[in-house]
Amino acid sequence: MSDDPVQTNDEPSLFTQVVRNDAFKVAVLLAGIWLLFYALSAFLEYPTYGVVATIRRVTFLSAVYAIAVLALNIQWGYTGLFNIGVAGFMAVGAYTTVILSADPGGVPPGFGLPLPIGVLGGILAAVVIGLVAALPALRLDADYLAIVTVAFSEIIRLTLNSPVLIDITGGASGFDNLPTSPVQSILLTDPGSIISEPTALGSFVFGLGEPLDLTRIVMINIVYTLGVLVVLLLVYLVLERAGKSPFGRVLKAIREDEVAAQSLGKNTQSFKVRAFALGCGLMGLAGILWYAMGPRASVVPANFRPELTFYIFIALILGGAGSNTGSIIGGAVFASLLYEAPPLLSDVAVKLLADYNVALPSAPDNVVVTLSTGDPLAVVAFLLANIDTLRFMFMGALLVLLVQYKPDGILGDRTETAAAVPLSDDSRPTNANAGGETDE
Amino acid sequence: MSNADDSNIPEPDEELDAEPESRDSPTEEAAKTTPKSLPLRVNNLRKEFGGITAVDGATFAVEERSLTGLIGPNGAGKSTTFNCITGVHEPTSGTVHFRDEEITGESPHKIAQRGLVRTFQLARELEEMTVLENMMLAPGGQSGESATRSVLPGLRSTVVEEEEAVRERAWETLEFFEIDHLAQELAGNLSGGQRKLLELARALMTDPDVMLLDEPFAGVNPTLEEKLLDRIHELRETEGLTFLLVEHDMDLIMENCEHVIVMHQGRVLDEGPPEQITENEEVIEAYLGGTV
Amino acid sequence: MGIENKGQSTVERGVAFARSGPGGALVAAFAAFLVVDLILKLLGLGASFSLATVPVVRELPVLGGLSGGIGGAIPVGQFSSYVWNGLVIGLVIGLASIGLSLTYSILNFANFAHGDYLTTGAFSGWAVAYVIAGFGSLDLVNLVLLRTPPGDVGANLWLSPLAVVLGLVVSILATLVFALAIDRVVYRPIRDADGISLLIASVGVAFALRYLISLVFGNSRRIVTSTESLPSVNVVAAIPDLVPDAIINVIPSVLVPSNAGSLIVNAHEVTLIVVAVLLMLGLHYLLQRTKLGKAMRAMADNRDLARVTGIPTERVINTTWIIGAGLTGAAGFLLVLSQGGLGFTTGWRLLLLIFAAVIMGGIGSIYGAIAGGLVIGLASRVSLVWLQGDWSAFARPTAFLLMILILLFRPSGIFSGVKTT
Repeated sequence: MSDDPVQTNDEPSLFTQVVRNDAFKVAVLLAGIWLLFYALSAFLEYPTYGVVATIRRVTFLSAVYAIAVLALNIQWGYTGLFNIGVAGFMAVGAYTTVILSADPGGVPPGFGLPLPIGVLGGILAAVVIGLVAALPALRLDADYLAIVTVAFSEIIRLTLNSPVLIDITGGASGFDNLPTSPVQSILLTDPGSIISEPTALGSFVFGLGEPLDLTRIVMINIVYTLGVLVVLLLVYLVLERAGKSPFGRVLKAIREDEVAAQSLGKNTQSFKVRAFALGCGLMGLAGILWYAMGPRASVVPANFRPELTFYIFIALILGGAGSNTGSIIGGAVFASLLYEAPPLLSDVAVKLLADYNVALPSAPDNVVVTLSTGDPLAVVAFLLANIDTLRFMFMGALLVLLVQYKPDGILGDRTETAAAVPLSDDSRPTNANAGGETDE
Repeated sequence: MSNADDSNIPEPDEELDAEPESRDSPTEEAAKTTPKSLPLRVNNLRKEFGGITAVDGATFAVEERSLTGLIGPNGAGKSTTFNCITGVHEPTSGTVHFRDEEITGESPHKIAQRGLVRTFQLARELEEMTVLENMMLAPGGQSGESATRSVLPGLRSTVVEEEEAVRERAWETLEFFEIDHLAQELAGNLSGGQRKLLELARALMTDPDVMLLDEPFAGVNPTLEEKLLDRIHELRETEGLTFLLVEHDMDLIMENCEHVIVMHQGRVLDEGPPEQITENEEVIEAYLGGTV
Repeated sequence: MGIENKGQSTVERGVAFARSGPGGALVAAFAAFLVVDLILKLLGLGASFSLATVPVVRELPVLGGLSGGIGGAIPVGQFSSYVWNGLVIGLVIGLASIGLSLTYSILNFANFAHGDYLTTGAFSGWAVAYVIAGFGSLDLVNLVLLRTPPGDVGANLWLSPLAVVLGLVVSILATLVFALAIDRVVYRPIRDADGISLLIASVGVAFALRYLISLVFGNSRRIVTSTESLPSVNVVAAIPDLVPDAIINVIPSVLVPSNAGSLIVNAHEVTLIVVAVLLMLGLHYLLQRTKLGKAMRAMADNRDLARVTGIPTERVINTTWIIGAGLTGAAGFLLVLSQGGLGFTTGWRLLLLIFAAVIMGGIGSIYGAIAGGLVIGLASRVSLVWLQGDWSAFARPTAFLLMILILLFRPSGIFSGVKTT
């Protein structure tokens, strides 16, 4: 506000402002992930469509994880509701959508409703089930809530798995009769058949892929992934608005000290129920986008085991509970570095060693033999062959380390005030007395 | 151990004949000519925890615009009484009336919404939020507390306007208490005295009618204490607030409160102006060497 | 904090519970219906009805097709099998629940790695048992990794008693060593963190431990014990031989079930019960007679006391892990002894049931944990009386629902108010 042309010490430089900007951070992260996976798959000499498919897959997983983590963030990061039933609500969303939208003539039969209705129905079902779980459970202590939500999630999974309801849900082998993919509906004249004539839009899109030899499937999946990214952006914007507002403020207060919030006249139970319902609805959405349609479509109970919930928790803690941007970053980092990267890295390591003429013995099939050979290369071979298992051990260790050293996550302890207007010192009314620096 | 005589507590509609001995301060003299309003009335309040009776038939009333003190030795039941009034505990029996409406056993948030607001002995500031954020939390009726109104484009602009107004009021209140320079600090980083100030300032943002202050001056240095008391008196004059104060500092009570209620073993031992209390032998005995 | 008497009898408490609102009354009524139904089923009596027989109602769209019944037929032997199996699994869960209950109340967090401690005990104990049982004649590596077919090893109590006994001992020792090491590395640095942070750390431990086991032993589920040559007894068939004829003739025929069925009890199950009871008695002695035991009881009984008095001493903490993890390891070993199957997720999949038992028994109550385990075990098996065939998949969800109901109506557990003193 001053006339002084010289920049005061308080105002950060343009560079700093840009770097601090959240969108910038996410963009850099995404670019970094793309670069990494490009490098890995190119090194492994994947054909072009393979490289593209790998990058697309990582992007897709990062996006759906991000949506699930954002949902959990509202419940736990903001409101302090420790919900370990995430997988169950994702299952409710996915299953409801496919049941509503699947072809009535298939097995198991669906209602044949248009997909948008199915999606809305899925989200609503997740909200309703969330409310059923919440209304009694929200009065309980945090760790009791945790146990109840995971019990609920298992009840849902076991019900979907049971032979009794197999005519409705498909039982343990899942709901085979998946509805038509939305992307295929707009790009192909006969959505059920990949080789059918493309629509006008379809021709355009497939044409874009031709110079790189990208097949139709790859292009369809790319379009779908872009769609998920758009949904992610919308969800983020909605949650940012909801969070940076009086609503978000009360949620944060509840997390820290519910009694204090009540003593200020806030009906905390109402807020908790709303936050829980909102989170569950978004979890349903994540489940739908991830498993009900698109490249990973597979509505099977085994996809919704408690492990999934814990992955999402790890991602949330990685990114920093309480921050929406942190949720996206955590989701992306988890999906890419912790989940997708290790198998690739293992292949890269094997190839590197081969390139340097290091003869790697074939991996022994168990630890005992490996150690008894006394051959370090055998150990390496064994580890590389078991990278999938090692990956989960590493996740466990990482979680412990995070709790011990960086409980606030990658982004560290940052102050994000929950208000619809800036609360910096600049916001002080100008007719006020010049800053009261009186002693206390 | 006698209970306070019921006739000492005037019913709102009763005439002044039932008044106790005359009071000294000019404001009260003036108030004598108008029927007194009693925004807070407690009648025969009992609270039992398992085998322990923490409050055993407490009866008293607080006058409008007054600064009333609630004193008593440790274990007298003062905090429990506060908790019963504000809905934290449900009383075993007895009634609480606020503005002539019964509020016994209502939930804490509803009572606070009515305008009966309390502060805590151990200040419950929200440590992970900044001072200014704490302040913005407090006011009731913020339309932005509905998620839909905060999100939808058209409605959000109303929320933003409200936020600006609340923010302005927050800054003013912070300045009133002279902690505006701490606005960006996380409340967890404040010193003990600063927390008390924030607690008070924040409670004020709810626009209360009656404030119950639970040891607001504990750990606060004398200069600050002076300032706070000035503020409290100011608020009584200009905003018409009523204060019920629990405190251990006798000098403070005797010098500032025009009406004092003494509790002992869950009952009201005596109530009246400070001089009456200091001369009451039972009160002195109850304290047994306490600071009088 | 004095000693509270078992003031109210079970009946009084049941009545008070039923009176606590319409929800409670509904649950109590449903429970009463189940009991009556069970008795009728055992007697082979039953009645069914179908709304299709009712003149007007039969025309209604949905209602017209409804039918139901009460009673039916369940052979006594089968019912006894359920009860017996429920008892066996209940003792296993009970043993495991003690440790979880102790950790919960003394260390103040819900240990989500607890199930994997059970798995650790099972694998370590049986690996040793296999090595001892098959020593000399069979391939050592396969033995250690539990890949040898159980029949070849002679992996059962009758054929290799020494192996089983030593295996049990190792399962206890190995698990408690792991637990102490994990406590040192993971939990000690964050001793004063809040319960949720510790819970999250324990999830990390759970992952790391479970997949370590998977790395070493592989991720396929295998049968570990065999029942070949194992002594067993058909209890139901044996009863008529034991009961004098005079008594049999007196019992009215109505009360004698027509088809008794069979209840087979084998030596492994008996061993499990004996060992479990011995371990619990040993624990009881420790808690009642030793000073350390009393300190632990005091801290476990009263979570608030534990919080108020601050962080418990390292000695109490170590004892908590030793007792808790040791018993859990034994539970894992015994589980495999009776059930036969073992995989790296065995314990993890039992975790929720163990939590249910702990909550039912009241956190911190050691005897409550045992009782809770029995209730859960019995519920998961006896519910099969009503959940026949395809519906048997709902046995576990039933146990979970039971837990949720208890949490809602009586969060301090069924057995709260009954102290461990």
